[in-house]
Amino acid sequence: MESLTQKGVDAQTFDLASTTVRELNQFLHHELDGPEYIEILNPDGQHSIAVGLDAPVTVDIHGHAGYFIAGMNKQASVTVHGNVGWSVGENIMSGSVLVKGNASECAGASGHGGLVVIEGDASSRCGISMKGCDIVVGGSVGHMSAFMAQAGHLVVCGDADHGLGDSLYEAVIYVRGEIHGLGADAQIEPMQESDYAKVAELLARAGFDHDPKTFKRVASARSLYHWNADHFQEY
Amino acid sequence: MSKPVYKETNHSYDGSVLHYITQAAEHGLYEIRGLGAKRTLPTFDDLSFLTASASRYPLEGYREKCETRTVLGSRHAKNPIELDIPITIAGMSFGALTANVKDALGRAASELGTSTTTGDGGMTPEERSSSKTLVYQCLPSRYGFNPDDVRKADAIELVLGQGAKPGGGGMLLGQKISPRVAQMRTLPEGIDQRSACRHPDWTGSDDLAIKLNELREITDWQVPIYVKVGATRVKHDVKLAVASGADVVVVDGMQGGTAATQQVFIEHTGIPTLAALRQAVEALEEIDMAGKVQLIISGGIRSGADVAKALAMGADAVSIGQAMLMALGCNSDYYVQNGRHIDATADYAALDTAPGVCHHCHTGKCPVGVATQTPDLEARLDPEWGARRVKNYLQTLTMELTTLARACGKSNVHNLEREDLTALTLEAAAMAKVPLAGTDWIPGVTNA
Repeated sequence: MESLTQKGVDAQTFDLASTTVRELNQFLHHELDGPEYIEILNPDGQHSIAVGLDAPVTVDIHGHAGYFIAGMNKQASVTVHGNVGWSVGENIMSGSVLVKGNASECAGASGHGGLVVIEGDASSRCGISMKGCDIVVGGSVGHMSAFMAQAGHLVVCGDADHGLGDSLYEAVIYVRGEIHGLGADAQIEPMQESDYAKVAELLARAGFDHDPKTFKRVASARSLYHWNADHFQEY
Repeated sequence: MSKPVYKETNHSYDGSVLHYITQAAEHGLYEIRGLGAKRTLPTFDDLSFLTASASRYPLEGYREKCETRTVLGSRHAKNPIELDIPITIAGMSFGALTANVKDALGRAASELGTSTTTGDGGMTPEERSSSKTLVYQCLPSRYGFNPDDVRKADAIELVLGQGAKPGGGGMLLGQKISPRVAQMRTLPEGIDQRSACRHPDWTGSDDLAIKLNELREITDWQVPIYVKVGATRVKHDVKLAVASGADVVVVDGMQGGTAATQQVFIEHTGIPTLAALRQAVEALEEIDMAGKVQLIISGGIRSGADVAKALAMGADAVSIGQAMLMALGCNSDYYVQNGRHIDATADYAALDTAPGVCHHCHTGKCPVGVATQTPDLEARLDPEWGARRVKNYLQTLTMELTTLARACGKSNVHNLEREDLTALTLEAAAMAKVPLAGTDWIPGVTNA
């Protein structure tokens, strides 16, 4: 996908080879003036790029980035044209974070709202403790994904490793590929019309064209909602 | 003539052990409860001050000035916390406590020029508006955590553990999950809510450094970042917290409280606050960060004497949770409504407990309206009345602290030092590393 610059849109460019992440974030926090387009070059695996944004700004990061990219995002649309480290889009509130490559662990961890898209694979604990955000992964997710997830949706177009949805609350997981093992209290349930519609909507927003009918639904059996002796070794 | 019957108790199977075994056999579950350890532990009571006589010159207790101003978070933050007193209010959640209690704590803290702290469940508007200085906790559960509140905070406290349950999570039982608590935590009303024991977005200390950096970037390096650990492997944990970039380290000792967790954690994990404090100070000294990274000690601090001894041992400030609740009426035999004292003993009896020994924080049926989410119980604590009680308590602690400091010849409470202390028991001498009273002997340090 072309960046806006490639499409001829004027951008303010920050080169992290010569500008610090701190200077960049200060600008993004305090000096934006309405909807703008920001282009970031040479991220070179640096951490905390574009964290704490709270404006309808578009940000393109060209290259591989480190941990916590676009953490706690509100309103902004952030795209990483590369791979990212841990916890991309951590605690996202709204807006979107798109990773064109792969993501390491904890993608979208504890996110409250907005959309996180990983076009490649996401590692373990993707969507851990999510609280209302939506996450779409084009490839596969690692083990313990959506662990203790409370609300929102995780759509996995590839496979899911073991421990999927362990201790789920009200979040729902949709998996197209193979599920290598469910976690405690997670169960596969029949897809309803509302599930097909939700998957179709999220796939469209994420830019994928899979058939929603190829997805399975995983949700909480809700047997751990109330603590009792029959749950020995489940807690 | 009948033979006399001798009844002997069995120390290994006394009443409490029999009760425990019976409960376990009946229910197949461990006990969950609130408050802190019930067992006897070494405390600051086992230390005494060597106040001034001939070799040192005391200050006049009621006339001469004794400075209590305290600065926290001077390492990296543009806006360190400046408090009038070195006594802060510890993090306690809305959910475990009522909004009225959080409000009362905030009002009292503001009047006395100190800080209060949020807790699991997020920041309530009431406590933000009533608290001049509010520390926002970032906990493993991340219930109610959001960047808007991060930006409203005067400091951020990343919680790795609590003294009452180091290494463990919590369990807020469904009876305390009101619609508002459920909404704030993004969970269904009435379910038993588990709090995670570890953070969702990082694991090791290398990651912790990056996490702290993210929080600094989000807050533009304006506010201090505290790191709170439960007292277990204190030296390692303090050093790692400092290496990760903490401005302030909070160490919560074994006497620390909780809203609800397994009894086995409360009674059988961690080390006493007295021992934890000495180890934390040593850790900072060994890496040459004493005075550069501030140290807050918590876990069973009750009186001005406790505060003074903690400062003498090297803490920059203390943090108090349980005792603040007791100032608000926790375990009292009455509550006040419309100016009238109302007897609460029958309500305690209905819970099969009594004033003074109640630990029903987890059930939500608090007879005095402190640890509940039931509207009619919550109404038993008026925030204005509660704020006055907490203010009085904080004021008393401060007066006791300064009185002791002056008696030691100090015009600033932060000038209290370890050589102002002596130990009354061998255990305290060894743990606090101060000489046993009447000797120069510090077990494990000096020869007898």
